[in-house]
Amino acid sequence: MNKTILTVDDSSSIRQVVGFTLQEAGYTVVEACDGLEALKKINGSPLHMVVTDLNMPNLDGIGLIKKLRLDPIHKFIPIIMLTTESQNEKKMEGKAAGATGWIVKPFKPEQLLAVVKKVLG
Amino acid sequence: MIIDNHQKAFIEEATELLSELEQTLLDLEVNREDKDLIGKVFRALHTIKGSSGMFGFDEMAHFTHDIENVYDLIRNGELPVTKEIIDLTLAARDQLYIMLGHDKSNFPLNEKRTAEILDASKKIIEGYNNTVSMKQKTIIPEPKKAPESKCIPEQELKGIRTYSIHFKPSQNIFMAGSNPLLLLNELNELGKTSCTAHLDGIPDLAQMNPELCYFYWDIILTTGRGTDAINDVFIFLGDDSNLQIQENENLDATLINENLTGFEEILKVTANPAYSEDESHYDDEPVKSKTENKVDEIKSSSKKIKDNQEAHHEIDSATSLRVSTEKLDELVNLVSELVTIQARLVQIASQSDNSAIVAITEEVERITWALRDSALNIRMLPIGTTFSKFKRLVRDLSNELGKEVELTAEGAETELDKTVLEKLNDPLIHIIRNSIDHGIEDPDERERCNKTRLGTIKLSASQSGGNVLIKISDDGAGIDKDQVKAKAIANKLLPENTDATDSEIYSMLFVPGFSTAKKVTSVSGRGVGMDVVKRAIEALRGNVEIESTLKKGTTISLKLPLTLAIIDGLLVKIGEETFVIPLSSVEECIELMQSDIEKVNGRHIVNIRGDIVPYIDIRERFVIRGTVPQIRQVVIAGINGVRIGFMVDKVIGQHQTVLKTLGKAYKNVEGVSGATILGDGSVALILDIAKLADKESYEESLVISQAV
Repeated sequence: MNKTILTVDDSSSIRQVVGFTLQEAGYTVVEACDGLEALKKINGSPLHMVVTDLNMPNLDGIGLIKKLRLDPIHKFIPIIMLTTESQNEKKMEGKAAGATGWIVKPFKPEQLLAVVKKVLG
Repeated sequence: MIIDNHQKAFIEEATELLSELEQTLLDLEVNREDKDLIGKVFRALHTIKGSSGMFGFDEMAHFTHDIENVYDLIRNGELPVTKEIIDLTLAARDQLYIMLGHDKSNFPLNEKRTAEILDASKKIIEGYNNTVSMKQKTIIPEPKKAPESKCIPEQELKGIRTYSIHFKPSQNIFMAGSNPLLLLNELNELGKTSCTAHLDGIPDLAQMNPELCYFYWDIILTTGRGTDAINDVFIFLGDDSNLQIQENENLDATLINENLTGFEEILKVTANPAYSEDESHYDDEPVKSKTENKVDEIKSSSKKIKDNQEAHHEIDSATSLRVSTEKLDELVNLVSELVTIQARLVQIASQSDNSAIVAITEEVERITWALRDSALNIRMLPIGTTFSKFKRLVRDLSNELGKEVELTAEGAETELDKTVLEKLNDPLIHIIRNSIDHGIEDPDERERCNKTRLGTIKLSASQSGGNVLIKISDDGAGIDKDQVKAKAIANKLLPENTDATDSEIYSMLFVPGFSTAKKVTSVSGRGVGMDVVKRAIEALRGNVEIESTLKKGTTISLKLPLTLAIIDGLLVKIGEETFVIPLSSVEECIELMQSDIEKVNGRHIVNIRGDIVPYIDIRERFVIRGTVPQIRQVVIAGINGVRIGFMVDKVIGQHQTVLKTLGKAYKNVEGVSGATILGDGSVALILDIAKLADKESYEESLVISQAV
């Protein structure tokens, strides 16, 4: 069965790139535009991984990570956050909230795939 | 490359973000404390910065960086929102817009301006930094760079080396979604490894928490990839895990692997003998599977609820959809074809005796019209998006001219066809610019006239039938009618002692070149380029009217059709040819006998209830041969307040017409705006009556007014 990856970003173009790249690589992709929508879309269904932006309206990336880590189903799944160079504090905060790793924007599709492969095996 | 495919999507998104940003900034200027607005600005900048780099707009990413930093400070309450910052951000927004590739031909990117904006935002940040003592600033080192510094100097990285790695993950490593086994596999891919698992951390079964990791490893790795590659494997490892990497010249994993065959044997040699015998039982696999079992259990219990909710959410998620305009145009085209075909079907069915066919035809007709309406409806956009763009224009212009102007908008939800909306932009800008430049007085001047210092420009839109009415009113100086009249007479556009009505006088402002006269522009000012506005609006099959009261203000009304794809037309016949006249401007139809024409010595004028109205003989104009009937008809149309007749052989009746363009070869044909296919399959040309009248009307009306 294809592994399912949830990508959360308020920028539709980023979602498009992430989604396209992952689908090309054979993953099933679910998209959400912010943390709140992400939680709605997951809603207890099994996921293998999450790629999330940090700065988003409604529920930001940190909040989403915290929520997911409290959820018994998603307690152990890899969560990758998308950050920018200037967001060191955010990165630490995300790490503390339970993010598995991060990808610094701008990134190339190959970099994304490398990280996904790294944490998903 | 994949990225290129997405560049278009990014440009689209960024364009939207930028216009949203502009709107937010203008709102923020009014409510400077509004946290939501500040957050929105920051997020917009952040998204632009983050995405632009991904799609090859490095210039944008670099440029946005400093401005984003300013808003980060504002967001944290460390800087107030000032007019300076808003001005700066608005200027930056414009630069970004150009960087995206918009208007590039018109406005080449001004690098000096870019540098200025960057300098200014840097100054703001510096100014802030100077006021904050250094100890408050917490500089967090980049974690991925930290281990690099303690590594072996770079020149030693080349060549194959052996490293001993001590890896003791934090017990909570699973909580961060990491799997240490994957990391070990990854190390294995770097080169030859021999790995020793230490199992001495495992507690008694009773005390064991299956969600924790009790293992640690010693790995000997021989690789040519250097320490950077090894560090990269552990890049996501938190600070609470223990990782030591040492280059070891005495060990060589290649040798070890050759001498000892396989993992178990290495373990037997190197691991703690107490655990070595039955280490396989304490391998972390059981731990893992236990966790998985638990997860499965929870999964199955919640599956039922999930199934129910999933169906629900799928409906929730897709409330709007982005479709390219080409696809929409294609749809509208197809629907137009269908409408045409359907009209033929009705005609054929009406000649048939088969009642079943007639019934089906009626059904098809009903559905076709419904389909047509909804297809056209998809293209409708609220005019509010256009309105909000003008806030910026008004702000900039009034700043520039030293005037105080407020823009209010009404009926922003009124919908117009996308094409109409796009083409409306320039004329509206023109009108608003005129209003600010010439209409609204200086604040001091306004005070002298007992007006508030703040001038108002009101935009309003409303729908009436198949038309949308847009009004742009200002409370400025108004137009001096007498000046315009005098000017028109001097230019021989109106006869002396004219009894022209107000609207006829104001229509003079639309005559090309009329407004260039200094005397008029300095007093009332209107008419600068109004002919351009008029032409643009007429191209949309709309019309423009001016109303004005001296010292009170001016209102310019634009009447536009809801859509360009379908018009109501009047079907007329000349000889064998059928033509369509847009019904929106038709006022009435009259009959004319050959004897009537002879009475006025063949001049093209008719007397309608005492008014003299000139007309154009279409048969003559288009050189249509054939016998001229004794009784002919004149369609009287109102074009910009002037009545003009169009003489045809016969008026057939009203006809809803699907507009088709004539194609490139005929695009310069004057007097014809398109064509349509009639129910019987024949083609009828649609007359561009404004164009037809344009050539003759003014001269004609002058001749007539002078003759009377």
